[in-house]
Amino acid sequence: MATGLTLIFGVMDIINVAQGILVILGAYLSYALSVHFGIDLFAGLAITIPTLFVVGIVVERLFLGRLKGPERTAMSILVTYAISLVIEGALNMIFTANPVELHAWYVNKSFEIFGTYIAYIDVFGFIMAAILLGGLYVMLYRTRFGASIRASLADQTAAALIGIDVRRVSTICFGIGVAVTAAGGMVYGATNAFNASSSYDLISRLLVIIVLGGMGSLGGALLAGILMVTLEDVVGVVWSPVWSQITFFLVLVLVLSLRPQGLFGKQSARVA
Amino acid sequence: MLMMTTTSGASSSGSLAKGAPVSIGISLSLSGDFSADGLAYQQGYKLWAADLNKAGGLLGHKVNLIIKSDASSATQVVTNYKTLISVNHVSLTFGPFSTLLTLPSAQTVNRYGYAMVEGAGGGPSVFSAGLSNVFDVTLPVSYDLAPFAHWLTSLPNSKRPTTIAYATSNDPFTQPVVQEAQKLIGKKLKTVYNNVFPAELTDFTSIADAVAASHAQVVVLGSVDVPTVSAFMQAFEQAHYTPKAFVATAGPDQGKSFITAVGAGNANGMMVPNSWYGGSTNPQSVKMVAEYIKLYGGTAAGVNADIAEAYSVGQVMAQAVTATGGFNNAKIIKYLHSGKTLSSVQGAVKFNSLGENLAQTAYTFQWQGSKFVEVNPVTDKGAVKVLFPKPAWG
Repeated sequence: MATGLTLIFGVMDIINVAQGILVILGAYLSYALSVHFGIDLFAGLAITIPTLFVVGIVVERLFLGRLKGPERTAMSILVTYAISLVIEGALNMIFTANPVELHAWYVNKSFEIFGTYIAYIDVFGFIMAAILLGGLYVMLYRTRFGASIRASLADQTAAALIGIDVRRVSTICFGIGVAVTAAGGMVYGATNAFNASSSYDLISRLLVIIVLGGMGSLGGALLAGILMVTLEDVVGVVWSPVWSQITFFLVLVLVLSLRPQGLFGKQSARVA
Repeated sequence: MLMMTTTSGASSSGSLAKGAPVSIGISLSLSGDFSADGLAYQQGYKLWAADLNKAGGLLGHKVNLIIKSDASSATQVVTNYKTLISVNHVSLTFGPFSTLLTLPSAQTVNRYGYAMVEGAGGGPSVFSAGLSNVFDVTLPVSYDLAPFAHWLTSLPNSKRPTTIAYATSNDPFTQPVVQEAQKLIGKKLKTVYNNVFPAELTDFTSIADAVAASHAQVVVLGSVDVPTVSAFMQAFEQAHYTPKAFVATAGPDQGKSFITAVGAGNANGMMVPNSWYGGSTNPQSVKMVAEYIKLYGGTAAGVNADIAEAYSVGQVMAQAVTATGGFNNAKIIKYLHSGKTLSSVQGAVKFNSLGENLAQTAYTFQWQGSKFVEVNPVTDKGAVKVLFPKPAWG
C-alpha cells in the first residue's frame, strides 16, 4: 500500500491522499467477488489488480495529469482528497456503512510452530507482498520501462531530454501505484472489519510510513512499514498500548530531526 | 443574504407560524469512525419523523429534520450545532452519536438555551459537566455491565471462572463501563490482564495476543464498534483461544452488521450489554421493529439498537412538546426535569437532576445461534439461559 503511494510521489510529485480509500475500494472489490461470485480472495486479485490499474489510469488522465506548474504537488492533495470523498460516498451508498470483513478458510486459521501460532492469512499475505515487491523490483531494475521510471524519479526534465515520454511513464506509474492497493486492500479486509471510513486511519498511517522511509523510496517504505508495525506491537505488549503509537511518532520525530529527508529519501532530488 | 434566505424565524423560545414545519437540528456521524452508528441513528430519527408526520406532526406542524454530517469529529459537531441554531434557526435539537460528541454538542446548544435530548451520550463525562439541558433517553452506560457482573460473581464456585482480562479503549463511553464492571467483580476473579488502549488504535493484534496469552477465562472488552470486536475475535481464533465468557461493550449489538463482519458461527456466545433489543415485547418497540423491517428488510434480531435509541429521542421530545404546548426550550427543559415518567420504544423514561434516565433496566444480550437473546438479569422473565461456556470459534 505504502509502496504504491511512494512510487506515485517519487515519479509524479503527487501526494495521493486517495490511496487510503483506494485500498478500501480494493477490499470491497474482493468482498464483492467473494460474496457474489464465490471467488477466492487471492484468485480474485487477477481481476481486482487490473481493475484498479485501469481506475488509476483513468484518474490520472482525467484529473492529475492536468495539474501543471509549481503548485502541482499542493494541488494534488486537494484533487486526490476530492476523489477520495467521491469514492467514499459511492462506497457508502453501494455497500452501506456497516463494517464487513473478508472471509475464507485461511482468514481465521493458524498453525503452530514452536508453541507460537502463525495465522495463514499473515503467511499468505507476506508471500504475496514479497512476490509483488519482487515483481516491482524486477520491473524497476531489469526492464527498459523500469529504467525510464528511475530516470523520471531522478530528474523529469533530464529524462524528457533523452527521449523518455515522462507523461506516459507517470500515467502507468500511477496505474501501478493504484493497482497494488487491490492486494493491500484484500489483506487489510481479511484482517480487519472495514467500511469506507476505515480509509482515514489507513491514509494517515501510509503517509507517516512514506515520510519516515523517505518520499519516493520503495525500500524506505518497506523498512518504515516494518518498523512501524514492529515497534507498535512490541511497545504495546511489553510496555502499554497507550504508548505504542506515541513511541513510533517519537521515533519519527527523532529520525526527521536528524534526516529531514527520511531514512532513504534523496534530499537533492526533491530540492531540484 | 444567505442568513436571510435560510432563516425560518424559529428560536429556542419556539414561536412558529401556523402550519409551518418545525425544524429539528441534528448532527450525525455520516462518515468517519462512527459512521455505521451515525447512519443507523439517521434511520431511527427518520423513521420516527415519518411516523409522526403520518399521524399529523407535532402540534399540527410537520417535522422537518435538518441533519448535518460531523464526520465523527468533536470540532465539526460543534460547528454543526452552531450553524443549525444560528443559521438554520431550528426549533429543537437532537443529539449526535457517542459520548465523545454529545458532551461538546450539549455544551454548545446550552449556550443558546436549547434542550438536547439524546440517546448515545451516556458516559459519566456528559452528566458531570454541570449541564441542565442534556437528557439521555438511554440508561447511563455505567450500569451496563452490572447484570453481567452479578451473574458472573453469583455462579457457584464449581462453575465460576477464576481469571478475567480487561481491555478497553480510552473512549469516554467504554472506559467507565469497564471500570464499573471491575469494581463490581472485584477480587472474586483474578485479573490476569488489564490494559487501556488509545481510541485511535487500529491494529489490535498485539493486545488481543496478550489477552490470549493470559489464558483468561473471561474477557471484558471496552469496544465502541464492530471492527474492534471483530479484530479481537479473529486474533483469539488464530491463537486457538476461546474464553468461557466474552462480553464487549458495543459491537455485538449491531445486529446484521455484526454477523456480516464476524460470521454467524463466530458470533455464537458473544455477549453485549444494552437496554433494548429487537425482540423486545414492548408494544411500541414491536410496532417500530415491524415498520423498520417493512422499510429495510431483515429480521428483528438484526435491528440495530441505535435505531431504537434515536426513535426514543424523538418520542421523548414529542411528549415534552405536547405537554408544554409549544417549542419553548426553557419550558421543555423544565418539563423534562419535572420527574414525569415518559414512554419510549426502549421502555420508561424518567430523568433525574443530571438528565440521566434511571427508569430503564440494564440487560445483557447474547448471540445464540442466529438469535440475539436476553440472558441477564437472570431473574427477568424474558431472560433465557446463558450459553456458558462460550462454544469454540467457527
